Amino acid sequence: MSRTARKLLLKIAFYVLVIFIIIYAVFPFYWAINSSLKSGTALFSADFLPPDPAWDNYAAVFRGQPFALNILNSVYVSTVTVVVSLFLAVTAAYALGRIRFRGRGLLLMVVLGVSMFPQIAVLSGLYEIMRAIGLYETLYSLMISYMIFTLPFTVWILTTFMRELPKELEEAAIVDGATPWQTITKVFMPLMGPALATTGLLAFIGAWNEFLFALTFVGGDSELMTIPVAITNFSGASEFESPWGDIMAASVIVTVPLIVLVLIFQRKIVSGLTAGAVKG
Amino acid sequence: MVADVAVPRQHGASKLTRQRTRSAWIFIAPMLIVLALVAGYPLLSTMYYSLTDRLLIADHDTQFIGFSNYLYYGPDLDNYDEEFDGYFVDLIEQDAFLIYRDDGNFYDLDNVDPDTGDLALYEGEVSTSDVFEWHGVLVDSLWWRSVWNTVTFSVISVGLEIIIGMFVALVLNANLPGRAVIRAAVLIPWAIPTIVSAQMWSWMLNDQYGVINEILLSWGWIDARLAFTADRLLSLPSVIAVDVWKTTPFMALLILAALQLLPGEVYEAAKVDGVHPVRQFFKITLPLIRPALMVAVIFRSLDALRIFDLIYVLTPGSRDSMSMSIWARQNLIDFQNVGYGSALSTSLFLIIACFTAVYLVLGRVSFDQER
Repeated sequence: MSRTARKLLLKIAFYVLVIFIIIYAVFPFYWAINSSLKSGTALFSADFLPPDPAWDNYAAVFRGQPFALNILNSVYVSTVTVVVSLFLAVTAAYALGRIRFRGRGLLLMVVLGVSMFPQIAVLSGLYEIMRAIGLYETLYSLMISYMIFTLPFTVWILTTFMRELPKELEEAAIVDGATPWQTITKVFMPLMGPALATTGLLAFIGAWNEFLFALTFVGGDSELMTIPVAITNFSGASEFESPWGDIMAASVIVTVPLIVLVLIFQRKIVSGLTAGAVKG
Repeated sequence: MVADVAVPRQHGASKLTRQRTRSAWIFIAPMLIVLALVAGYPLLSTMYYSLTDRLLIADHDTQFIGFSNYLYYGPDLDNYDEEFDGYFVDLIEQDAFLIYRDDGNFYDLDNVDPDTGDLALYEGEVSTSDVFEWHGVLVDSLWWRSVWNTVTFSVISVGLEIIIGMFVALVLNANLPGRAVIRAAVLIPWAIPTIVSAQMWSWMLNDQYGVINEILLSWGWIDARLAFTADRLLSLPSVIAVDVWKTTPFMALLILAALQLLPGEVYEAAKVDGVHPVRQFFKITLPLIRPALMVAVIFRSLDALRIFDLIYVLTPGSRDSMSMSIWARQNLIDFQNVGYGSALSTSLFLIIACFTAVYLVLGRVSFDQER
């Protein structure tokens, strides 16, 4: 085989691999969209395009259960969780990232340790606490329990961002007589905008997707459920057959905004993830 | 500029250093308090509950029972009888129904003491080895099965994610047109919530109408439709397949980030020396990205060991793919046995803690390095 032919063959093989990767990554989501547009018995055929696309399933999602309310619950819980976490994390990250003091290494280890926590290990403790203080079956129980993973995560990532900001800025502020609080609010905060957005988005996705606490604390009341619990709770005409068309429609509804967000912020997300993991 | 901002070393701790240290602790305090309340306290109460016989039922008195939830030799605690305040024992050999009480005696259910109006002591000989058994987490076959499932799941899925992730990262790292499209496509599985991807896949893997069965049938790879999520042998592989699909993008992006930090000169030198690309990969690339790879493996393994949601939705109720978290929650909430469920949760926590400790020691990780 001549050299050019071999090169061409290699190139073709490479592109086949590329196409295979793309299909592997995208096909399940494509299939969800495809199924969500099929109604009636068409759902049970394996047609790769819906024979006559219809929005019936999308309408049914909002008729069969309080799904609009479930979406609002998720937005509400995730937003509050993220805002509170970011607020607590910024000052902590400044201290952990920019000030040298005894015990800093240990604190960072605790933060990382908590973020690696198996959530089941706190479940029974939290469950009893929520019942004792009357927050069981309220959305507050979720906002509180989600702090377990959003807070260490935001602290960890913001700390790595803080470390990379130029030292000179802070020195100038100190020379000018700024207090540490002023240094954070006047000097660092304006620079932290992109970092806060990325970290906030990642923490938001984490809270948005959480299942175990939501299932346990609000799983009994369909009006309090967040999206993940609601989607597992869809009931069909008979108890033996899940309403797959509705489930796929709901899946598409809640996934499209996330995919759009992730694609818009993809560069930032990648740098945020790698700041948290590779350099950690 | 030399040294850190606040380290005038000559006179020990300066006023500025002390002031900064103090404000550091003030800044950290709110976060620490919240973490103590939402993580520390519940963890300690879970550990405490694991030493009690606590139930979810409101009017049950909780008692401290030591390590009995972990290992205990005695009557079956599930056979507790409220009415007679003891444990029901069926002594098959002697055809007798007994109640075993905390005072260590057996009482005869068919024989009431006329003086006290209570059950009379059983008069026959009871050999405890006939009626007592070992109980607790350490001899719970379902627990060990879930440990085995979880470990198998973690090892295989993280292994596959590394291998496939490496392939994808190398493809993304190659300078080819349309790279942005591939990267966007690869990010999609990561962006889809776990529960949603579990539902999408359980529809695709459906035993009657699933598209996977349809495709495999039309290719002639299988003769009959498979019940992927219910079959004894297929449920765990199905869970692994979905997890690999969902998490490989994350792995690929981490590896890609590490690849892009590699110095180009090394490869130019290797090219000049005529080193084969495959050899380049094993001799240069792999050793250089090893540290980043190790961190990714650790994070993913810790994540995999606590898996709950994917399995809960994809293979509900299956013993063959049940993870540690699933079994713990089932005892805790479904069986309402807070004591035993907490013992399971604590065991899971200890397994993960040991794993982390081994990693920290082996990896000699420093959390306070200056960059």
